[in-house]
Amino acid sequence: MSGYLTGVLVVLAFNVIAAYAVYLPMAAGQLNLGIAGFMAIGAYGAAFLTNEYGWSMLAAVPVASAAAGLVGLVIGFPVLRTHGIYLALATFALGQVIAAVFLNLEVVGGAAGYTLSAYAGPYVVFAAAIGVVLVMLYLSRTRFALYLTAVKSDPTVADLMGISVRGVQVAAFALGAMVAGFGGAFYALHYNFVEAQHFNVLLSVFTVLYVLFGGAQTVWGPLAGAMFFTLAPEALRFGEQWRYAIFALFIILFMAIRPQGLITTSLFQGFRRRSNEASP
Amino acid sequence: MSSQATSTGGAAPEAAPVALAVTGISKSFAGVHAIRNLSFVARKGEATALIGPNGAGKTTVFNLVSGVYGVDAGAVTVNGVDVTHMPSRRRIGCGIARSFQNVRLMDHLSVLENLLVGQHIRAASLTDLLTPYRLFPNHRWRQEARQALADNGLERYANETVSGLPYGVRKRVDLVRATLAGASILLLDEPAAGLNPSETNDLRDHLNLLVAQGLTLVIVEHDMHFIDSICSNVVVLNFGEKIAEGPLSVVRQDPEVRRAYIGDGEN
Repeated sequence: MSGYLTGVLVVLAFNVIAAYAVYLPMAAGQLNLGIAGFMAIGAYGAAFLTNEYGWSMLAAVPVASAAAGLVGLVIGFPVLRTHGIYLALATFALGQVIAAVFLNLEVVGGAAGYTLSAYAGPYVVFAAAIGVVLVMLYLSRTRFALYLTAVKSDPTVADLMGISVRGVQVAAFALGAMVAGFGGAFYALHYNFVEAQHFNVLLSVFTVLYVLFGGAQTVWGPLAGAMFFTLAPEALRFGEQWRYAIFALFIILFMAIRPQGLITTSLFQGFRRRSNEASP
Repeated sequence: MSSQATSTGGAAPEAAPVALAVTGISKSFAGVHAIRNLSFVARKGEATALIGPNGAGKTTVFNLVSGVYGVDAGAVTVNGVDVTHMPSRRRIGCGIARSFQNVRLMDHLSVLENLLVGQHIRAASLTDLLTPYRLFPNHRWRQEARQALADNGLERYANETVSGLPYGVRKRVDLVRATLAGASILLLDEPAAGLNPSETNDLRDHLNLLVAQGLTLVIVEHDMHFIDSICSNVVVLNFGEKIAEGPLSVVRQDPEVRRAYIGDGEN
Protein backbone atom coordinates (compact mmCIF):
# COMPACT_ATOMS: atom_id res chain seq x y z
CA MET A 1 0.00 0.00 0.00
CA SER A 2 1.39 3.42 -0.96
CA GLY A 3 2.04 5.97 1.74
CA TYR A 4 -0.57 8.27 0.25
CA LEU A 5 -3.27 5.58 0.24
CA THR A 6 -2.38 4.52 3.79
CA GLY A 7 -2.58 8.14 4.91
CA VAL A 8 -6.03 8.58 3.35
CA LEU A 9 -7.31 5.32 4.85
CA VAL A 10 -6.05 6.31 8.31
CA VAL A 11 -7.95 9.59 8.06
CA LEU A 12 -10.98 7.61 6.88
CA ALA A 13 -10.68 5.30 9.91
CA PHE A 14 -10.65 8.27 12.32
CA ASN A 15 -13.56 9.89 10.51
CA VAL A 16 -15.60 6.67 10.67
CA ILE A 17 -15.03 6.38 14.42
CA ALA A 18 -15.95 10.03 14.93
CA ALA A 19 -19.07 9.66 12.78
CA TYR A 20 -20.35 6.83 14.97
CA ALA A 21 -19.66 8.92 18.07
CA VAL A 22 -22.05 11.55 16.69
CA TYR A 23 -24.48 8.98 15.30
CA LEU A 24 -25.35 7.34 18.64
CA PRO A 25 -26.90 10.42 20.27
CA MET A 26 -28.29 11.57 16.93
CA ALA A 27 -30.16 8.27 16.54
CA ALA A 28 -31.93 9.22 19.79
CA GLY A 29 -32.64 12.72 18.45
CA GLN A 30 -29.77 14.53 20.18
CA LEU A 31 -27.36 16.74 18.25
CA ASN A 32 -23.91 16.68 19.85
CA LEU A 33 -21.89 19.58 18.48
CA GLY A 34 -19.09 19.08 20.98
CA ILE A 35 -17.75 15.74 19.89
CA ALA A 36 -14.24 17.17 19.40
CA GLY A 37 -14.07 17.83 23.15
CA PHE A 38 -14.61 14.15 23.93
CA MET A 39 -12.00 13.19 21.32
CA ALA A 40 -9.61 15.52 23.12
CA ILE A 41 -10.24 13.74 26.44
CA GLY A 42 -9.41 10.40 24.81
CA ALA A 43 -6.38 11.79 23.03
CA TYR A 44 -4.86 13.55 26.03
CA GLY A 45 -5.84 10.71 28.33
CA ALA A 46 -4.02 8.10 26.23
CA ALA A 47 -1.06 10.44 25.73
CA PHE A 48 -0.72 11.19 29.41
CA LEU A 49 -1.07 7.60 30.59
CA THR A 50 1.44 6.21 28.08
CA ASN A 51 3.91 9.06 28.55
CA GLU A 52 3.81 9.73 32.27
CA TYR A 53 2.91 6.33 33.65
CA GLY A 54 4.37 4.13 30.94
CA TRP A 55 1.05 2.35 30.43
CA SER A 56 0.72 0.12 27.42
CA MET A 57 -1.63 1.10 24.64
CA LEU A 58 -3.90 -1.80 25.57
CA ALA A 59 -4.50 -0.33 29.01
CA ALA A 60 -4.36 3.38 28.15
CA VAL A 61 -6.91 3.36 25.32
CA PRO A 62 -9.78 1.73 27.26
CA VAL A 63 -9.16 3.96 30.29
CA ALA A 64 -8.97 7.12 28.16
CA SER A 65 -12.16 6.09 26.32
CA ALA A 66 -13.91 5.32 29.60
CA ALA A 67 -12.86 8.74 30.94
CA ALA A 68 -14.47 10.42 27.91
CA GLY A 69 -17.58 8.27 28.42
CA LEU A 70 -17.71 9.15 32.10
CA VAL A 71 -17.51 12.86 31.36
CA GLY A 72 -20.29 12.30 28.80
CA LEU A 73 -22.36 10.52 31.42
CA VAL A 74 -21.88 13.17 34.11
CA ILE A 75 -22.39 16.09 31.72
CA GLY A 76 -25.18 14.28 29.84
CA PHE A 77 -27.68 14.46 32.68
CA PRO A 78 -27.82 18.28 32.92
CA VAL A 79 -27.05 19.01 29.27
CA LEU A 80 -29.78 16.68 27.94
CA ARG A 81 -32.40 18.66 29.83
CA THR A 82 -32.19 21.07 26.91
CA HIS A 83 -33.61 20.38 23.47
CA GLY A 84 -33.14 21.45 19.87
CA ILE A 85 -31.00 24.50 19.25
CA TYR A 86 -30.31 24.89 22.99
CA LEU A 87 -28.89 21.39 23.19
CA ALA A 88 -26.75 22.10 20.11
CA LEU A 89 -25.44 25.28 21.74
CA ALA A 90 -24.84 23.56 25.08
CA THR A 91 -22.82 20.74 23.49
CA PHE A 92 -21.00 23.24 21.29
CA ALA A 93 -19.97 25.20 24.39
CA LEU A 94 -19.03 21.99 26.18
CA GLY A 95 -16.66 21.00 23.37
CA GLN A 96 -15.05 24.44 23.46
CA VAL A 97 -14.64 24.36 27.23
CA ILE A 98 -12.96 20.94 27.17
CA ALA A 99 -10.55 22.03 24.42
CA ALA A 100 -9.82 25.25 26.34
CA VAL A 101 -9.01 23.28 29.49
CA PHE A 102 -6.39 21.22 27.64
CA LEU A 103 -5.05 24.33 25.94
CA ASN A 104 -4.26 25.73 29.39
CA LEU A 105 -3.11 22.54 31.03
CA GLU A 106 0.67 22.84 31.26
CA VAL A 107 1.10 19.24 32.43
CA VAL A 108 0.17 18.14 28.89
CA GLY A 109 2.12 20.84 27.10
CA GLY A 110 -0.49 23.61 27.00
CA ALA A 111 -0.66 25.50 23.70
CA ALA A 112 2.64 24.00 22.55
CA GLY A 113 1.09 20.55 22.24
CA TYR A 114 2.11 17.22 23.69
CA THR A 115 4.39 14.63 22.10
CA LEU A 116 3.85 10.91 22.65
CA SER A 117 6.40 8.14 22.70
CA ALA A 118 3.96 5.23 22.16
CA TYR A 119 2.88 4.57 18.59
CA ALA A 120 -0.11 2.88 16.96
CA GLY A 121 0.57 1.89 13.35
CA PRO A 122 -1.96 2.24 10.53
CA TYR A 123 -3.15 -1.36 10.81
CA VAL A 124 -3.92 -0.86 14.49
CA VAL A 125 -5.99 2.19 13.55
CA PHE A 126 -7.79 0.22 10.83
CA ALA A 127 -8.54 -2.55 13.32
CA ALA A 128 -9.88 0.01 15.81
CA ALA A 129 -12.23 1.50 13.19
CA ILE A 130 -13.39 -1.95 12.05
CA GLY A 131 -13.98 -2.82 15.71
CA VAL A 132 -16.16 0.27 16.17
CA VAL A 133 -18.16 -0.55 13.03
CA LEU A 134 -18.69 -4.13 14.24
CA VAL A 135 -19.83 -2.99 17.68
CA MET A 136 -22.24 -0.53 16.06
CA LEU A 137 -23.57 -3.25 13.75
CA TYR A 138 -24.08 -5.45 16.79
CA LEU A 139 -25.87 -2.68 18.69
CA SER A 140 -28.08 -1.98 15.67
CA ARG A 141 -29.43 -5.54 16.02
CA THR A 142 -30.50 -5.02 19.63
CA ARG A 143 -33.47 -3.50 21.40
CA PHE A 144 -31.19 -0.64 22.46
CA ALA A 145 -31.06 0.60 18.84
CA LEU A 146 -34.82 0.13 18.58
CA TYR A 147 -35.33 2.31 21.63
CA LEU A 148 -33.01 5.00 20.25
CA THR A 149 -35.34 5.33 17.26
CA ALA A 150 -38.44 5.08 19.46
CA VAL A 151 -37.21 7.87 21.73
CA LYS A 152 -36.38 10.02 18.70
CA SER A 153 -39.73 9.32 16.97
CA ASP A 154 -42.10 9.93 19.88
CA PRO A 155 -40.67 10.40 23.37
CA THR A 156 -44.14 10.61 24.95
CA VAL A 157 -45.24 7.25 23.59
CA ALA A 158 -41.85 5.67 24.32
CA ASP A 159 -42.23 6.87 27.92
CA LEU A 160 -45.74 5.43 28.20
CA MET A 161 -44.39 2.11 26.91
CA GLY A 162 -42.15 2.11 29.96
CA ILE A 163 -38.92 3.16 28.23
CA SER A 164 -36.73 5.52 30.24
CA VAL A 165 -36.40 8.28 27.65
CA ARG A 166 -33.80 10.16 29.65
CA GLY A 167 -31.89 6.96 30.39
CA VAL A 168 -31.73 6.04 26.71
CA GLN A 169 -30.68 9.57 25.73
CA VAL A 170 -27.97 9.82 28.38
CA ALA A 171 -26.72 6.30 27.54
CA ALA A 172 -26.50 7.20 23.84
CA PHE A 173 -24.72 10.47 24.64
CA ALA A 174 -22.23 8.80 27.00
CA LEU A 175 -21.59 5.88 24.62
CA GLY A 176 -21.02 8.39 21.83
CA ALA A 177 -18.57 10.27 24.05
CA MET A 178 -16.77 6.99 24.77
CA VAL A 179 -16.48 6.17 21.06
CA ALA A 180 -15.16 9.70 20.46
CA GLY A 181 -12.60 9.20 23.23
CA PHE A 182 -11.60 5.87 21.67
CA GLY A 183 -11.01 7.57 18.32
CA GLY A 184 -9.15 10.44 19.98
CA ALA A 185 -6.88 8.02 21.84
CA PHE A 186 -5.81 6.32 18.61
CA TYR A 187 -5.45 9.69 16.90
CA ALA A 188 -2.88 10.70 19.52
CA LEU A 189 -1.14 7.35 19.40
CA HIS A 190 -0.93 7.30 15.62
CA TYR A 191 0.27 10.86 15.03
CA ASN A 192 2.37 10.92 18.22
CA PHE A 193 1.34 14.47 18.86
CA VAL A 194 -1.72 16.18 20.25
CA GLU A 195 -2.61 19.83 20.41
CA ALA A 196 -5.85 21.27 21.73
CA GLN A 197 -6.29 23.43 18.62
CA HIS A 198 -6.96 20.31 16.55
CA PHE A 199 -10.12 19.55 18.55
CA ASN A 200 -11.93 22.65 17.38
CA VAL A 201 -15.49 23.37 16.40
CA LEU A 202 -14.84 22.63 12.72
CA LEU A 203 -13.94 19.06 13.60
CA SER A 204 -17.25 18.69 15.47
CA VAL A 205 -19.27 20.29 12.69
CA PHE A 206 -17.66 18.19 9.97
CA THR A 207 -18.34 15.02 11.92
CA VAL A 208 -22.01 15.96 12.27
CA LEU A 209 -22.07 16.54 8.50
CA TYR A 210 -20.81 12.99 7.87
CA VAL A 211 -23.83 11.63 9.72
CA LEU A 212 -26.36 14.04 8.24
CA PHE A 213 -25.08 13.30 4.75
CA GLY A 214 -24.93 9.55 5.20
CA GLY A 215 -28.24 9.49 7.08
CA ALA A 216 -29.00 8.88 10.74
CA GLN A 217 -31.84 6.41 10.15
CA THR A 218 -29.64 3.34 9.72
CA VAL A 219 -26.33 2.16 11.10
CA TRP A 220 -24.79 2.32 7.60
CA GLY A 221 -25.37 6.07 7.20
CA PRO A 222 -22.35 7.30 9.23
CA LEU A 223 -20.03 4.88 7.43
CA ALA A 224 -21.27 6.04 4.02
CA GLY A 225 -21.07 9.70 5.08
CA ALA A 226 -17.54 9.42 6.48
CA MET A 227 -16.38 7.55 3.36
CA PHE A 228 -17.87 10.14 1.07
CA PHE A 229 -16.47 13.13 2.95
CA THR A 230 -13.02 11.58 3.16
CA LEU A 231 -12.69 10.08 -0.29
CA ALA A 232 -14.63 12.55 -2.50
CA PRO A 233 -12.27 15.51 -1.90
CA GLU A 234 -9.36 13.20 -2.78
CA ALA A 235 -11.12 12.13 -6.00
CA LEU A 236 -11.67 15.79 -6.88
CA ARG A 237 -7.98 16.64 -6.63
CA PHE A 238 -7.86 17.22 -10.40
CA GLY A 239 -9.91 20.38 -9.76
CA GLU A 240 -7.06 21.89 -7.73
CA GLN A 241 -8.26 24.95 -5.84
CA TRP A 242 -11.82 24.55 -7.16
CA ARG A 243 -12.29 21.17 -5.59
CA TYR A 244 -13.65 22.46 -2.29
CA ALA A 245 -16.06 24.78 -4.08
CA ILE A 246 -17.33 21.90 -6.26
CA PHE A 247 -17.59 19.70 -3.19
CA ALA A 248 -19.52 22.31 -1.20
CA LEU A 249 -21.91 22.94 -4.08
CA PHE A 250 -22.58 19.23 -4.36
CA ILE A 251 -23.32 18.95 -0.62
CA ILE A 252 -25.79 21.85 -0.77
CA LEU A 253 -27.59 20.34 -3.77
CA PHE A 254 -27.63 16.88 -2.24
CA MET A 255 -29.04 17.99 1.09
CA ALA A 256 -31.71 20.03 -0.71
CA ILE A 257 -32.78 17.00 -2.72
CA ARG A 258 -32.36 14.35 -0.04
CA PRO A 259 -32.48 15.94 3.44
CA GLN A 260 -32.92 12.57 5.15
CA GLY A 261 -29.43 11.55 4.01
CA LEU A 262 -28.00 9.00 1.61
CA ILE A 263 -29.00 5.77 3.33
CA THR A 264 -32.52 5.44 4.76
CA THR A 265 -34.79 2.69 6.02
CA SER A 266 -37.08 3.06 3.01
CA LEU A 267 -34.06 2.56 0.74
CA PHE A 268 -33.38 -0.78 2.43
CA GLN A 269 -37.05 -1.68 2.22
CA GLY A 270 -37.03 -0.93 -1.51
CA PHE A 271 -34.04 -3.27 -2.00
CA ARG A 272 -35.74 -5.98 0.07
CA ARG A 273 -38.98 -5.70 -1.90
CA ARG A 274 -37.13 -5.89 -5.19
CA SER A 275 -35.17 -8.95 -4.12
CA ASN A 276 -38.41 -10.60 -2.92
CA GLU A 277 -40.03 -9.93 -6.29
CA ALA A 278 -36.99 -11.30 -8.10
CA SER A 279 -37.13 -14.56 -6.10
CA PRO A 280 -40.78 -15.34 -5.45
CA MET B 1 -73.79 19.59 38.32
CA SER B 2 -77.23 18.16 37.96
CA SER B 3 -76.48 14.50 37.83
CA GLN B 4 -79.22 12.18 36.87
CA ALA B 5 -76.72 9.48 37.68
CA THR B 6 -78.40 6.27 37.44
CA SER B 7 -77.33 2.72 37.91
CA THR B 8 -73.87 1.89 39.21
CA GLY B 9 -73.37 -0.59 36.42
CA GLY B 10 -74.72 -3.98 37.27
CA ALA B 11 -76.00 -5.79 40.33
CA ALA B 12 -73.80 -5.01 43.30
CA PRO B 13 -73.39 -8.53 44.71
CA GLU B 14 -71.99 -9.87 41.43
CA ALA B 15 -69.82 -6.86 40.61
CA ALA B 16 -66.35 -7.77 39.41
CA PRO B 17 -63.38 -6.38 41.32
CA VAL B 18 -62.32 -2.83 40.53
CA ALA B 19 -59.38 -2.68 38.10
CA LEU B 20 -59.15 1.09 37.63
CA ALA B 21 -60.48 3.59 40.14
CA VAL B 22 -60.52 7.31 39.41
CA THR B 23 -61.48 9.25 42.52
CA GLY B 24 -62.31 12.93 42.48
CA ILE B 25 -59.69 13.96 39.92
CA SER B 26 -59.47 17.53 38.70
CA LYS B 27 -57.23 19.24 36.17
CA SER B 28 -56.97 22.82 34.98
CA PHE B 29 -54.97 24.24 32.11
CA ALA B 30 -54.16 27.94 32.52
CA GLY B 31 -57.16 28.45 34.79
CA VAL B 32 -59.59 26.56 32.54
CA HIS B 33 -61.13 23.50 34.20
CA ALA B 34 -60.60 20.55 31.88
CA ILE B 35 -61.69 17.91 34.41
CA ARG B 36 -63.60 18.66 37.58
CA ASN B 37 -64.01 16.23 40.47
CA LEU B 38 -64.42 13.15 38.27
CA SER B 39 -64.88 9.70 39.77
CA PHE B 40 -65.59 6.38 38.12
CA VAL B 41 -64.39 2.80 38.23
CA ALA B 42 -63.64 0.24 35.54
CA ARG B 43 -64.21 -3.34 36.66
CA LYS B 44 -62.06 -6.30 35.80
CA GLY B 45 -63.13 -8.14 32.66
CA GLU B 46 -65.58 -5.44 31.65
CA ALA B 47 -65.57 -2.64 29.11
CA THR B 48 -66.38 0.88 30.26
CA ALA B 49 -67.08 3.68 27.81
CA LEU B 50 -66.25 7.33 28.26
CA ILE B 51 -68.54 9.38 26.07
CA GLY B 52 -69.39 13.01 25.65
CA PRO B 53 -69.24 15.85 23.14
CA ASN B 54 -65.95 17.02 21.64
CA GLY B 55 -63.97 18.93 24.23
CA ALA B 56 -65.71 17.19 27.15
CA GLY B 57 -62.32 16.01 28.46
CA LYS B 58 -62.33 12.33 27.49
CA THR B 59 -58.79 12.22 26.14
CA THR B 60 -57.66 14.39 29.07
CA VAL B 61 -58.93 11.65 31.40
CA PHE B 62 -56.76 9.14 29.53
CA ASN B 63 -53.81 11.52 29.78
CA LEU B 64 -54.35 11.88 33.52
CA VAL B 65 -54.77 8.15 34.10
CA SER B 66 -51.72 7.25 31.99
CA GLY B 67 -49.66 10.03 33.58
CA VAL B 68 -49.02 12.27 30.57
CA TYR B 69 -50.38 15.01 32.84
CA GLY B 70 -50.40 15.07 36.61
CA VAL B 71 -53.72 15.60 38.39
CA ASP B 72 -54.35 18.78 40.40
CA ALA B 73 -56.47 16.84 42.89
CA GLY B 74 -57.86 13.36 43.40
CA ALA B 75 -56.38 9.89 42.99
CA VAL B 76 -55.91 7.19 40.37
CA THR B 77 -55.63 3.57 41.45
CA VAL B 78 -54.60 0.80 39.05
CA ASN B 79 -55.12 -2.80 40.17
CA GLY B 80 -55.06 -1.64 43.78
CA VAL B 81 -51.89 0.46 43.41
CA ASP B 82 -52.14 4.21 43.89
CA VAL B 83 -50.40 5.60 40.78
CA THR B 84 -51.42 9.23 41.28
CA HIS B 85 -47.85 10.43 41.77
CA MET B 86 -46.09 7.63 39.89
CA PRO B 87 -44.05 8.70 36.84
CA SER B 88 -45.89 7.92 33.60
CA ARG B 89 -43.34 5.34 32.43
CA ARG B 90 -43.81 3.22 35.53
CA ARG B 91 -47.59 3.01 35.25
CA ILE B 92 -47.51 0.47 32.44
CA GLY B 93 -45.78 -1.84 34.92
CA CYS B 94 -48.92 -1.69 37.09
CA GLY B 95 -50.88 -3.14 34.19
CA ILE B 96 -52.22 -0.19 32.23
CA ALA B 97 -51.56 0.51 28.55
CA ARG B 98 -53.20 2.82 26.05
CA SER B 99 -53.76 3.55 22.40
CA PHE B 100 -54.06 6.99 20.86
CA GLN B 101 -56.77 8.95 19.11
CA ASN B 102 -54.31 10.12 16.46
CA VAL B 103 -52.39 6.91 15.90
CA ARG B 104 -48.92 7.43 17.33
CA LEU B 105 -46.68 4.71 16.00
CA MET B 106 -42.94 5.11 15.46
CA ASP B 107 -42.97 6.11 11.79
CA HIS B 108 -39.44 5.06 10.87
CA LEU B 109 -39.80 1.61 12.41
CA SER B 110 -41.45 -1.38 10.79
CA VAL B 111 -44.72 -2.79 12.08
CA LEU B 112 -42.86 -5.65 13.76
CA GLU B 113 -40.41 -3.24 15.40
CA ASN B 114 -43.30 -1.14 16.72
CA LEU B 115 -44.69 -4.24 18.38
CA LEU B 116 -41.26 -5.02 19.86
CA VAL B 117 -41.31 -1.55 21.44
CA GLY B 118 -44.74 -2.42 22.83
CA GLN B 119 -43.24 -5.48 24.55
CA HIS B 120 -40.64 -3.39 26.36
CA ILE B 121 -42.11 -3.60 29.83
CA ARG B 122 -41.88 -7.40 29.68
CA ALA B 123 -38.42 -7.32 28.08
CA ALA B 124 -36.74 -4.66 30.18
CA SER B 125 -33.71 -6.59 31.48
CA LEU B 126 -30.18 -5.69 30.39
CA THR B 127 -29.93 -9.06 28.64
CA ASP B 128 -33.07 -8.33 26.62
CA LEU B 129 -31.77 -4.85 25.89
CA LEU B 130 -28.45 -6.07 24.48
CA THR B 131 -29.44 -9.37 22.85
CA PRO B 132 -29.08 -9.00 19.07
CA TYR B 133 -32.63 -10.24 18.42
CA ARG B 134 -32.41 -9.23 14.76
CA LEU B 135 -29.78 -11.88 14.16
CA PHE B 136 -32.23 -14.58 15.24
CA PRO B 137 -35.37 -14.74 13.09
CA ASN B 138 -36.98 -17.14 15.57
CA HIS B 139 -36.18 -15.12 18.65
CA ARG B 140 -39.07 -15.46 21.09
CA TRP B 141 -40.01 -11.77 21.13
CA ARG B 142 -40.10 -11.67 17.35
CA GLN B 143 -42.14 -14.83 17.22
CA GLU B 144 -44.61 -13.47 19.73
CA ALA B 145 -44.97 -10.21 17.77
CA ARG B 146 -45.41 -12.14 14.51
CA GLN B 147 -48.03 -14.35 16.10
CA ALA B 148 -49.91 -11.27 17.33
CA LEU B 149 -49.85 -9.90 13.78
CA ALA B 150 -51.05 -13.21 12.38
CA ASP B 151 -53.89 -13.32 14.93
CA ASN B 152 -55.01 -9.93 13.67
CA GLY B 153 -54.55 -10.66 9.98
CA LEU B 154 -51.67 -8.21 9.73
CA GLU B 155 -48.74 -10.56 9.05
CA ARG B 156 -48.17 -9.28 5.54
CA TYR B 157 -47.30 -5.86 6.94
CA ALA B 158 -44.70 -7.14 9.42
CA ASN B 159 -41.68 -5.63 7.66
CA GLU B 160 -43.38 -2.57 6.20
CA THR B 161 -42.34 0.82 7.51
CA VAL B 162 -45.30 2.24 9.39
CA SER B 163 -45.35 5.67 7.72
CA GLY B 164 -46.50 4.23 4.38
CA LEU B 165 -49.41 2.13 5.67
CA PRO B 166 -53.15 2.88 5.33
CA TYR B 167 -54.84 4.49 8.34
CA GLY B 168 -56.97 1.44 9.17
CA VAL B 169 -53.90 -0.81 9.34
CA ARG B 170 -51.99 1.68 11.50
CA LYS B 171 -54.96 1.90 13.82
CA ARG B 172 -54.98 -1.88 14.26
CA VAL B 173 -51.22 -2.01 14.76
CA ASP B 174 -51.61 0.63 17.48
CA LEU B 175 -54.11 -1.62 19.27
CA VAL B 176 -51.96 -4.73 18.90
CA ARG B 177 -48.98 -2.80 20.29
CA ALA B 178 -51.02 -1.79 23.34
CA THR B 179 -52.06 -5.40 23.96
CA LEU B 180 -48.46 -6.66 23.70
CA ALA B 181 -47.50 -4.77 26.85
CA GLY B 182 -49.29 -7.57 28.67
CA ALA B 183 -51.40 -5.01 30.51
CA SER B 184 -54.67 -6.01 32.15
CA ILE B 185 -56.28 -2.60 31.53
CA LEU B 186 -56.38 -1.01 28.09
CA LEU B 187 -57.36 2.61 27.50
CA LEU B 188 -58.54 2.86 23.89
CA ASP B 189 -58.99 6.33 22.48
CA GLU B 190 -61.53 6.25 19.62
CA PRO B 191 -60.42 2.83 18.33
CA ALA B 192 -63.16 2.74 15.66
CA ALA B 193 -62.67 6.28 14.31
CA GLY B 194 -61.77 6.26 10.63
CA LEU B 195 -62.44 2.55 10.16
CA ASN B 196 -64.83 1.25 7.51
CA PRO B 197 -67.87 -0.87 8.59
CA SER B 198 -66.11 -4.17 7.99
CA GLU B 199 -63.02 -3.06 9.95
CA THR B 200 -65.29 -1.79 12.73
CA ASN B 201 -67.02 -5.19 12.94
CA ASP B 202 -63.66 -6.96 13.13
CA LEU B 203 -62.54 -4.55 15.83
CA ARG B 204 -65.71 -5.13 17.85
CA ASP B 205 -65.20 -8.91 17.70
CA HIS B 206 -61.59 -8.49 18.71
CA LEU B 207 -62.41 -6.24 21.68
CA ASN B 208 -65.18 -8.57 22.84
CA LEU B 209 -62.64 -11.38 22.71
CA LEU B 210 -60.23 -9.36 24.87
CA VAL B 211 -63.02 -8.72 27.40
CA ALA B 212 -63.90 -12.43 27.39
CA GLN B 213 -60.22 -13.13 28.13
CA GLY B 214 -60.54 -11.02 31.27
CA LEU B 215 -59.03 -7.72 30.11
CA THR B 216 -60.49 -4.47 31.35
CA LEU B 217 -61.21 -1.92 28.64
CA VAL B 218 -61.92 1.77 28.94
CA ILE B 219 -63.04 3.08 25.57
CA VAL B 220 -63.51 6.63 24.34
CA GLU B 221 -65.82 6.43 21.34
CA HIS B 222 -68.59 8.31 19.55
CA ASP B 223 -70.19 5.32 17.79
CA MET B 224 -73.10 4.39 20.07
CA HIS B 225 -73.79 1.08 18.30
CA PHE B 226 -70.16 0.12 18.76
CA ILE B 227 -70.30 1.01 22.45
CA ASP B 228 -73.61 -0.78 22.91
CA SER B 229 -72.09 -4.02 21.60
CA ILE B 230 -69.06 -3.95 23.92
CA CYS B 231 -69.48 -1.78 27.00
CA SER B 232 -71.51 -2.71 30.04
CA ASN B 233 -70.99 0.65 31.72
CA VAL B 234 -70.94 4.15 30.25
CA VAL B 235 -69.63 7.33 31.85
CA VAL B 236 -70.88 10.53 30.23
CA LEU B 237 -68.77 13.67 30.44
CA ASN B 238 -69.63 17.24 29.62
CA PHE B 239 -67.30 20.20 30.21
CA GLY B 240 -65.04 17.97 32.28
CA GLU B 241 -67.75 16.78 34.64
CA LYS B 242 -69.58 13.49 34.89
CA ILE B 243 -73.22 14.04 34.05
CA ALA B 244 -74.36 10.42 34.09
CA GLU B 245 -73.18 6.86 34.51
CA GLY B 246 -74.73 3.46 33.91
CA PRO B 247 -75.64 1.07 31.10
CA LEU B 248 -76.02 2.80 27.73
CA SER B 249 -79.74 1.97 27.54
CA VAL B 250 -80.24 3.93 30.76
CA VAL B 251 -77.92 6.91 30.27
CA ARG B 252 -79.23 7.60 26.77
CA GLN B 253 -82.66 8.29 28.31
CA ASP B 254 -81.12 10.84 30.66
CA PRO B 255 -82.43 14.32 29.68
CA GLU B 256 -79.10 16.02 30.39
CA VAL B 257 -77.19 13.48 28.30
CA ARG B 258 -79.66 13.94 25.47
CA ARG B 259 -79.34 17.69 25.70
CA ALA B 260 -75.55 17.74 25.94
CA TYR B 261 -74.56 14.95 23.60
CA ILE B 262 -76.90 12.40 22.06
CA GLY B 263 -79.71 14.71 20.98
CA ASP B 264 -83.42 14.02 20.92
CA GLY B 265 -83.46 12.32 17.54
CA GLU B 266 -81.32 9.35 18.63
CA ASN B 267 -82.82 6.30 20.26
